[in-house]
Amino acid sequence: MDLTLPFFVEVLIGGLLTGVMYALVALGFVLVFKASGIFNFAQGAMVLFAALTYVGLLELGTGAVLAFVLTALVMVLLAVAVERVVLRPLVNQEPIILFMATIGIYYVLDGFGQMLWGSDIKALDLGIASDPMTFLARPDAPEGDPWKYGIMVNRFDLTAAAVAAVLVLALALFFQKTRIGRALRAVADDHQAAQSVGIGLPAIWVIVWSVAGLVALVSGLAWGSKLGVQFTLALITLKALPVLILGGFTSVPGAIVGGLIVGAGEKLAEVFIGPLVGGAIEDWFAYMLAMLVLLVRPQGLFGERIIERI
Amino acid sequence: MLEVRGISLRFGRVQAIGNVSFDIRRGEIRSIIGPNGAGKTSMLNCINGFYQPQEGTISYLGKTRRAMRPHEAARRGIARTFQNVALFKGMSTLDNIMTGRMMKMRSNLLAQALYWGPNQREEIEHRKRCEAIIDFLEIQAIRKTPVGRLPYGLQKRVELARALAMEPTLLLLDEPMAGMNVEEKEDMCRFILDANEQLGTTIALIEHDMGVVMDLSDRVVVLDHGEKLADGTPAEVSADQGVIDAYLGVAH
Repeated sequence: MDLTLPFFVEVLIGGLLTGVMYALVALGFVLVFKASGIFNFAQGAMVLFAALTYVGLLELGTGAVLAFVLTALVMVLLAVAVERVVLRPLVNQEPIILFMATIGIYYVLDGFGQMLWGSDIKALDLGIASDPMTFLARPDAPEGDPWKYGIMVNRFDLTAAAVAAVLVLALALFFQKTRIGRALRAVADDHQAAQSVGIGLPAIWVIVWSVAGLVALVSGLAWGSKLGVQFTLALITLKALPVLILGGFTSVPGAIVGGLIVGAGEKLAEVFIGPLVGGAIEDWFAYMLAMLVLLVRPQGLFGERIIERI
Repeated sequence: MLEVRGISLRFGRVQAIGNVSFDIRRGEIRSIIGPNGAGKTSMLNCINGFYQPQEGTISYLGKTRRAMRPHEAARRGIARTFQNVALFKGMSTLDNIMTGRMMKMRSNLLAQALYWGPNQREEIEHRKRCEAIIDFLEIQAIRKTPVGRLPYGLQKRVELARALAMEPTLLLLDEPMAGMNVEEKEDMCRFILDANEQLGTTIALIEHDMGVVMDLSDRVVVLDHGEKLADGTPAEVSADQGVIDAYLGVAH
């Protein structure tokens, strides 16, 4: 096994960049959870639906920019529809009931997407090259020097990470500092009380689901161009779970750090521990990590403390 | 200031309120009393828009309507507290009170996000108002405590603080003294009277402690099984034979 430093760093960076993509998906969950206290099972389906719509529009001959704008619009419309049809009749209900409703949304979106755009796997090319970029190479070093070929990083992963970083920064400012941020926390805590201080639930929900839809669009494009736009994309929900448990369901920065830890952790574990135990630990490593965190810090690394008077 | 005319509210076939009319005058403390299940809380819920009555109208500040959304009611100056405290449990006392100021914040979102310029001044101004209310209700010591950790009596006080932060024209208090000991009740009475006299807030009060009701109120309306039984000054109401039979409970 290659245990040199450049190789370690290469694996680490690859893992972190994948982690950013995980974080992007997890972010959508955090937004809805912060605003309504429900785990939005449908987020994965929204990722898929957004990617499908984008590709479908491209195939119809719209340009990339127009397709993006139209898909964003569709996601906002979806938010309005969800608020009207699902959330409004369920105001003041238990979180578990709202959670069940999101499972319903998942299947509706899944089926609707197939009906609309067909169920074939579609390739998505964003026009970003995925060739490796080389850093810190020393070409004149003798053969056998670990630094001779430097560290290779996938250009596409790097771009995706940069986009995610900008998105996260904007969202963090929006939700932490504006009055909408405070309104969101209020709505998540208690619907009745929030209404009584003058917060309109419908407006808040449409805003949150729209933003979650836009985040789903961005992560749908990123993952879609990596894996192809196909129906297993919705199962990305399952990868977001350990990220959320690690970072805490209520924290935007938590989703990022959780994503990074999961991404880097599973890659490093696969490459460096995997061979010792027979490999293929990448698939379950994240879940084990999440379980350990649950034992020690049930609210996650950055989540709000769970307070209960007894 | 507020006039309720012929309100009826049904849940399926259960009649919660049947044809009730009464009014609230500017500056008074108006109590609503009655046995459990009389429809008192339902009445408050109609006034601030949680429930939409099937019949009747509510006039508030010269505007007549049947249904209003809760956030509209809040915008037009109706604040309330709840029978079972409804606070934002994860937030500190101060943050809870600041949510009451939310409707009054004006600066744009970008400025808020960057805590810049006009927003900075605005935020400071709102914070000052909140501090004034904190002083008023004597809860300085728990300013930063997450409200989920506070004892019940203090939570009720924070709830009142949040409602007062909205600078309401009409304040609806749903059993503000339930589950309190004598000392806490005395404090709460003092706050209610002070809010009424110093801030000029009109108050509608639901309360079971008859001593408190008779002391505080200017006028009292009595409900029983969703219907109005009596309406008048505390003295008139407590002398009413129907009220005594249904609620005050002198030996039969």
